[in-house]
Amino acid sequence: MLTYTIRRLLLAIPTLIAISLIIFLLLDLAPSDPTANLPLTIPPDVREKIRQSLGLGDPIYIRYLLWCKQFFVNEPLNMLEQWFGWDIGGDRLRVLSWQTRSPVVDLIVQRMPQTLWVVGMSYVVGVLIALPIGIISAYRQYSWFDQVGTFVSMVGFSVPTFFTGVLVIVIFSVWLGWFPSIYDTTHQVTDWQSFLFQIKQMIMPVAVLALFNAAQISRFMRASMLDNLNQDYVRTARAKGMRERTVVLVHVLRNSLIPVVTVIALGVPQIFGGAIITEQVFKVNGLGQLLIISIQGGDLPTVQTLTFIFAVLIILFNLVADVLYGVLDPRIRYD
Amino acid sequence: MSEAGAAVLEVKDLKTVFETGLGAVHAVNSVSFDLMPGELLGVVGESGSGKSVTMMSLIGLLGSTSAIVDGAHVNFDGKDLLKVSEDELRAVRGAGIGFVFQDPMTSLNPVFTVGFQLMEPLRNHMGLSKSAARMRAAELLDLVGIADATRRLSDYPHQFSGGMRQRVMIAMALACDPKVLIADEPTTALDVTIQAQILELMKELRNKIGMAIIWITHDLGVIAGIADRVMVMYGGQIVEQAPVNELFQNPQHPYTRALLKTVPNIRGGRAERLRVIEGQPPIMFSSPRQCTYHTRCTHAFERCLKFDPDRLKIGEGHDVACFWDPVTGEPRDE
Repeated sequence: MLTYTIRRLLLAIPTLIAISLIIFLLLDLAPSDPTANLPLTIPPDVREKIRQSLGLGDPIYIRYLLWCKQFFVNEPLNMLEQWFGWDIGGDRLRVLSWQTRSPVVDLIVQRMPQTLWVVGMSYVVGVLIALPIGIISAYRQYSWFDQVGTFVSMVGFSVPTFFTGVLVIVIFSVWLGWFPSIYDTTHQVTDWQSFLFQIKQMIMPVAVLALFNAAQISRFMRASMLDNLNQDYVRTARAKGMRERTVVLVHVLRNSLIPVVTVIALGVPQIFGGAIITEQVFKVNGLGQLLIISIQGGDLPTVQTLTFIFAVLIILFNLVADVLYGVLDPRIRYD
Repeated sequence: MSEAGAAVLEVKDLKTVFETGLGAVHAVNSVSFDLMPGELLGVVGESGSGKSVTMMSLIGLLGSTSAIVDGAHVNFDGKDLLKVSEDELRAVRGAGIGFVFQDPMTSLNPVFTVGFQLMEPLRNHMGLSKSAARMRAAELLDLVGIADATRRLSDYPHQFSGGMRQRVMIAMALACDPKVLIADEPTTALDVTIQAQILELMKELRNKIGMAIIWITHDLGVIAGIADRVMVMYGGQIVEQAPVNELFQNPQHPYTRALLKTVPNIRGGRAERLRVIEGQPPIMFSSPRQCTYHTRCTHAFERCLKFDPDRLKIGEGHDVACFWDPVTGEPRDE
């Protein structure tokens, strides 16, 4: 398993280099202009100078290699300096955002907590409610519980978050006034009171996203349980006189979880990607919102870096999913 | 071996009905039989004749499907299995009555070790500690002829061959020293050499342990080699029942006679065309009001369409449910 993991990690390197190049070329094709958001009073020749100063005059391969050097060499060295307090020295240029002129990595670090709190929490909540719903729905197939669960799943799956998000804002913020409609990122949790406020402002975005996630995962769980409930080994377990609880929650569940765990692991990169739309609706300035602002502002280094980090996470969690599969299913061995 | 002792399992008028989308299907119709201690009872019949369903019904293994099991009584170990609670029934399953199923490739749970699956009934029914259960599990594997038993306890089912897995299944069924072992086509999914090994093993274990065995099969050759007594099932009913030699020498029911003719004969002179019984077993949408075999029977006459024949005793331990008498070639007297 270890050699397999190492081999997969090594294979990921050429894949990621190819991905970074493709992202770069695609962004270069995009008709965006980093000076478009500047005031109209700036004359065209000054605009041209600004573009030149951002390095847009250089040939594309120079720009790509420069980004590679900044991202793969300068940023890691910088991190080492910060974490361990070393002084590596040298004048290193970091990946800078064109819009804010601050390093992109710092922007990401700033925004990560909001995204992890809201989107990550919604994923955890989604999984925690999806698994029992899936199990009970499958065990009591076509019961009223299953029917209600199926209906709610279909709603959660098919109604987009920009609709449910606005709907809960109208009901719970505007009509009932229970929760704030805008997520306050500057809010600091210092005491009980502020903790309660944090919970309050998280409830709506987390609920909206959790519904969406749970809808998907509970369907997977249900289908997987149904696949296994009629297997011969289940009859064997019953014939041995095992308790129904043991039959379902040990024998069937362990088999059913194998594909579901894979699906859950593959969904994790989406947390870091942020829920772009939901973050917009609730004004959570997380990573998804950062990506949207950068695209609108033609801030290519930020878009490039963010997209590339998502690609890294996707590849990483693909590997995690494969390794987990091997751990859970003794029939799968990667040696 | 049918001495007049108390039967270990006594089934009277067992009926099983499945509620399906097409209507109620009567899969088991008033089945009655006794099983003596230490006896090996063969149950034969085509696919769909109700052999397996009968045995699953006795012990509540049809589970949460839409099956309705009814009957006069199923006495086992001083209890009526049709009337006891689900918990009591569960205590009988795996402890008093062991099961071996047809397909060893899918009957073991792929994600748990063989040791874990063997130890489950031991810990559950006998309340053994983990280490004691492990010792006993190794003994059981050894008993069914798996070499290096202690080490193999931590192997997963996919690391065993088909025949070895069936041995594991047998070990599991024997775990708590059951009084009755129900083997549902245990050799059907195995190839012929492995079949022979499993048959030998079962004969040996039976002599060693002395439990009664119900052996379900559609292979008359297997039955001839292993059974003491045979029940022939058709349409969810027992159509003939006899000691094994009696059945092969003096078959009474037209269905039994037809079945025996379908067995290919190696020693025959000129190659004869293999006989088949035309048609399919019926799907019973009502309880039988006429002979269930009449549509395929070459001897059927008027009475067969009007009445469902009762089982008629015609010899020592031999009874048959048919209106036609093969000795005279005429209908029996009413």
